[in-house]
Amino acid sequence: MRFGTRLIHNGNEIDAPTGALSIPIYQVSTYHQPDIENPPRYDYSRSGNPTRQALEDSIALLEGGKRGFAFASGMAATSSVLAIFEAGDHIVVCEDVYGGTFRILNTLFKRFKLESTFVNAANCRHMASAIQENTRAIFLETPSNPLMKITDLRGAITLAREHGLLVIVDNTFMSPYLQRPLELGADIVVHSATKFIGGHSDVIGGLAVVKDEALGRRVYSVQNGFGAVLGPQDSWLLLRGLKTLKVRLDHQQAGAQKLARWLAGQEQVETVYYPGLNSHPGADIHAGQADGPGAVLSFKTRSIDVARKFMKNVTLAAVAVSLGGVETIVSYPATMSHASMPQSERARLGISDTLIRVSVGLEDVEDLMEDFSRAWS
Amino acid sequence: MGWRLESKMVRGAKGSDPHTGAISFPIYQTATFKHPGLGQSTGYDYTRSGNPTREELENTLANLEGGTSALAFASGMAAIATVLELFKPGDHLLVSDDLYGGTYRLFEEVARNHGLQFTYLDTCNEQNLLDAIQDNTRAIFIETPSNPMMKVTDIDSVVRTARAYKLLSIVDNTFLTPYLQRPLELGADIVVHSGTKYLGGHNDTLAGFIVVKDQALEERLRFFQNAIGATLAPLDSWLILRGIKTLAVRLARQEENALKVAAWLNQHPLVQKVYYVGLPDHPGYDISKKQASGFGAMISFSLNSAELVASVLARLRLIAFAESLGGVESLITYPLTQTHAAIPEEIRLRLGVDDKLLRISVGIEAVEDIIGDLEQALA
Repeated sequence: MRFGTRLIHNGNEIDAPTGALSIPIYQVSTYHQPDIENPPRYDYSRSGNPTRQALEDSIALLEGGKRGFAFASGMAATSSVLAIFEAGDHIVVCEDVYGGTFRILNTLFKRFKLESTFVNAANCRHMASAIQENTRAIFLETPSNPLMKITDLRGAITLAREHGLLVIVDNTFMSPYLQRPLELGADIVVHSATKFIGGHSDVIGGLAVVKDEALGRRVYSVQNGFGAVLGPQDSWLLLRGLKTLKVRLDHQQAGAQKLARWLAGQEQVETVYYPGLNSHPGADIHAGQADGPGAVLSFKTRSIDVARKFMKNVTLAAVAVSLGGVETIVSYPATMSHASMPQSERARLGISDTLIRVSVGLEDVEDLMEDFSRAWS
Repeated sequence: MGWRLESKMVRGAKGSDPHTGAISFPIYQTATFKHPGLGQSTGYDYTRSGNPTREELENTLANLEGGTSALAFASGMAAIATVLELFKPGDHLLVSDDLYGGTYRLFEEVARNHGLQFTYLDTCNEQNLLDAIQDNTRAIFIETPSNPMMKVTDIDSVVRTARAYKLLSIVDNTFLTPYLQRPLELGADIVVHSGTKYLGGHNDTLAGFIVVKDQALEERLRFFQNAIGATLAPLDSWLILRGIKTLAVRLARQEENALKVAAWLNQHPLVQKVYYVGLPDHPGYDISKKQASGFGAMISFSLNSAELVASVLARLRLIAFAESLGGVESLITYPLTQTHAAIPEEIRLRLGVDDKLLRISVGIEAVEDIIGDLEQALA
């Protein structure tokens, strides 16, 4: 069965007792247990809920993993996965990781003595030199946010295997439709399902998928113990979102590809960051590990004035944080997603005041180009 | 605003919540609204009369259909039943003979008791229409393409006839949606929809719509919507709004798949005939090209023998045997016992809705898998 079909037919699309073509929303906290000798499959919704289970089974299948877990947000998924480590452990993290991940590693997890070293993961040697005796995992995000830097997943996985480390990949930007890190040998995938998986900018959710049962038990014990689970209604909305993942992303990606080429030819634009452009560093590596460049791109304008004017005047695209929804969203990392980062660190990473990130939606791309042209002229 | 349809689908009418900027329109799950003071209203008093979530959906659909207003109902049948309130006992309507069974049942078993009269005829032929007009005829009600025989009626000719005789022209646009066909722009007076189908698109919400472009007509229909009260609930309104955001990408893929499935069925030795508007030898192909920007994703086909039906339905694994249509999943229906059970045998047989006919609503699965499923079921 092909991916587009599996999104709709994966064993979680029909309610067996009634034949309903939509999984019921089990808005329930607890379950009647008629036989105390034989505990039922579900006893309490933090531990398990049929609607959430359908989502967890679906994402596990789509990512090619053994077991899936749904959390109240992408950060809850990442935090719960990081909570499988112990005080004194160390992890190597790509330096372009999502700001929220950067923040918990430097505050909450640091307090609990989980150490982390941030490296430029575009280069495997940098990763290798950061590995210590107590290193337990490498945490990656590719393409990275917002500069779309590419990490060689196969290289990182080989390195991790040599050192007996787990590889954790945040697959939010690609979704399992375009990139399946577990199939390349990674151990855990995490998602902000708020983005492409939900796809409609209306649900906050996170997912994790592990490659084997042993890791599954470790993550489950955090999910159930810590309890940052996703509610039934939101689980159902993510299931609904998954059904159109391919048609949405096909359209969004085609739009992003057109928009990236068009932006590259505009005199107000200095550089375009998009793995779908041959000139993008690592485009060949990306093409070897993913099935497409995705629908997020960034660009730098010629001047700060142009960037500010653009952000002030766009009308079709929404000015907001987040990405992956049906509506085009433009964001200004300098004052939005990366505002908490010191200016010097931002400058080192290339997150300048002329940088704009675009998450391309389902609008007609011609409308976006007209909107953009009007906004900066 | 002058955006293209795809952009209007994504952005809705207001686009986002004006109070908080929330990109997803809020679900106003409320029955009533507090008044600012005596004799004052926020514009909303009671959800049956008006609800912000339902209003956002209604305005979105009106924009897409090129109408001035849309009204949302609890089901497609509730929408059509409300349209019938425009008529009074003794009035007569001309209706496409190939019609959704539920509409036929509503007309014959409910509306006829209230004194309305109906003549069912082949609306593809303009002369038929002209011949059937009586002194008390008040409207022409068509489905195009029709269900399940996919007959295409020339909307232009219906509009012409209706105008000449001062009749209302009513088009059920469920099969094509405003993405592919906009009857109001072609001159029709009223569009109705089962929003359960392509507009919702996920087989998880029931909804119906009336869309008009005339203020006097809107006022009368609004009165009935509020007075009868078969309105769409806030959560369901929001789910249809969510569905509309992906309407273009879903239907584009569904149509692409349908063209391939129809071509494949057309050459299969066990298939006697394929009814799909997108096949160039379909009698309505040219008219469809003129009035719609696509052929949709509904296909009917008849097998060589009725004995094959049960085994084909039993063997299908991907395509679910279920009523309804327009969702992301491919569904197959046996109109004889399901959607068209209410239609008298004599009409059914004249139309070709016989014991060999199956109808497929093509979904967005990989087309190779859909064809593969049919191939093993027809083997």
